[in-house]
Amino acid sequence: MLTYTLRRLLLAIPTLLFIALVIFLVLELSPGDPMAEIPLSIPPEVKERMREALGLGQPWYTRFGLWLYQFFVVEPSYWIDAAFGTDLAQGAQRIISFQSRSPVFDIIAERIPQTLWVVGMSYVVGVLLALPIGIYSARYQYSWFDQLGTFISMIGFSVPTFFTGVLLIVIFSVNLGWFPSIYDTTLVVNDWSSFGQQLRQMVMPVFVLALYNAAQISRFMRASMLDNLGQDYVRTARAKGMRERVVVLSHVLRNSMIPVVTVIALGVPQVFGGAIITEQVFKVNGLGQLLILAIHGNDIPMVMTLTFIFAVLIVVFNLIADILYGVLDPRIRYD
Amino acid sequence: MTETAPLPPVRSQWWDVWDQFRQHRGAMIGLGFLIFITLFVIIGPSLWGLDPNETDIRNKNLRPFYTGILSGEKWSWAHPLGSDNLGRDVLANLMQGGQISMAVGWTAMILSLVIGTLVGVLAGFFRRIDGLLMRFTDLVLSLPLLPLLLVMMLLFRDTLRAAFGPETGIFILIVVGIGVTSWMHTARIVRGDVLTIKEREYVLAARSIGTPARRIITRHLLPNVMSPIMVSATLGLASAIITESALSFLGLGFPSDFPTWGKLLFDSVDRMASFPERVIWPGLCISLTVLSVNYIGDGLRDALDPRLRGQ
Repeated sequence: MLTYTLRRLLLAIPTLLFIALVIFLVLELSPGDPMAEIPLSIPPEVKERMREALGLGQPWYTRFGLWLYQFFVVEPSYWIDAAFGTDLAQGAQRIISFQSRSPVFDIIAERIPQTLWVVGMSYVVGVLLALPIGIYSARYQYSWFDQLGTFISMIGFSVPTFFTGVLLIVIFSVNLGWFPSIYDTTLVVNDWSSFGQQLRQMVMPVFVLALYNAAQISRFMRASMLDNLGQDYVRTARAKGMRERVVVLSHVLRNSMIPVVTVIALGVPQVFGGAIITEQVFKVNGLGQLLILAIHGNDIPMVMTLTFIFAVLIVVFNLIADILYGVLDPRIRYD
Repeated sequence: MTETAPLPPVRSQWWDVWDQFRQHRGAMIGLGFLIFITLFVIIGPSLWGLDPNETDIRNKNLRPFYTGILSGEKWSWAHPLGSDNLGRDVLANLMQGGQISMAVGWTAMILSLVIGTLVGVLAGFFRRIDGLLMRFTDLVLSLPLLPLLLVMMLLFRDTLRAAFGPETGIFILIVVGIGVTSWMHTARIVRGDVLTIKEREYVLAARSIGTPARRIITRHLLPNVMSPIMVSATLGLASAIITESALSFLGLGFPSDFPTWGKLLFDSVDRMASFPERVIWPGLCISLTVLSVNYIGDGLRDALDPRLRGQ
């Protein structure tokens, strides 16, 4: 298991380098010029110097190497400096956003809490909803609850999140006025009333994403439970006279959870991607909205870094899913 | 002396599949709705006859007939679903937008199936390139696809627009973008099936009489991997329609005054407090189309599974 993990970790390095290269080359083809916005009265030689200052003068492989160095060496050393008060970075150049002229990671750090609150909470809620629904639907297959669950989960992954979001806004904030339609990120939670306000503004975005996630995970849970409910060991357990509760919740559930846990792990990065749309609908200023703004503004360092972070998430969670599968299921041996 | 009962007429496997498919109520309703919406977007415009881009400023901001009748706001039978802030007919726009959305969905789905099947068959059949192709598939799967798709939309938009004109250029861009980012699952499934079918006796027999690889693939392999391909075709159509509307919704799809369902929804979001119908109708069109396609996929999967057939 340990050798397998090490091998996968080593394999992840060239994968990530290749992904970084692909993203960089796609962006390199960009015809968009970050200098397009400056006034025409600025003389060409000054413009050229400004391009140099942005680091646009060098060939692409130099800039790619520089970006890699900044991402993997400079930025972590700044974090270590901030955490332990050391001076590893020694004022080295960080990755700078073209738009705001401040370090990309500072902006990302500002945006992460909003995304994590909304996205993370919705994933947790989605999983917590999906598991009991999947278990119950499988135990009582073809009951009215199962039929209803199948129908709702079909709706859940057919209706795009931007439409569910808009529909909820029309119903609950325009017509009923229960929840605010815009997520107010400046809200500071310091007492019960602001806490209630925070809860109210989170309800709709969390629900939209949770419905989508729960729809998929509950299907997996149901299928996995059904696979296991037909196994011989379940009949044995029942024949021994064990109560149905114990059979379902401890024998079958534990075995059914193995594939579901990996599906849950694999879903985490996709949720971050899907949040791009939901954040746009509810005007949450998280990572997704940051990416959209950066794409529209030709802010290449920001787009590059954010896209790469999404890629890192995908690779890491694929790895976690594979290792979890091996840890949870003793029948799986990678070595 | 024995009388043999007359043999039943020869039926191809697809008739059995169709019989099984008809048992699935959701899939039949889905198929019915898909046929209806396809006719609605293809024949609808010529029956309805209004130009979706024609502005009629006197009749702007009309409400649909049901709110008009219920609450007495301004409405007219000339625009039964209302008109937008420039007086363009909402119904005509829905039909026109549906044409584009469906065209994008079908073409992107076919493109991704072609790529996926090609990669899957090549990887499954030729052992030498299997490792290479599957590593490549894994790599593409670990790319963050939605952000990359957004970046691609922005980068190549002007180049393609200059080369093929504004509408065709964006159409090609979106179709190719969705196609090249969604073929991986098909490739994996097809490869798995090809790997097992390749070991069957009839393939060995074909090989032993000297059938070239190309003919083994087209004659023996492809017909037998049709079922998973058809199931992933339905999934692909559904996700292509959703991706196109998501791109339009993020403002990176087709140019303005060129409606698709996602674009109509996006354009109406700012005024949805006063005119909720303008977001609800295109949203319903997208959702119901995708829902029906998903139900068809569900029914198809059951119908194509020989273990379930004939029960």
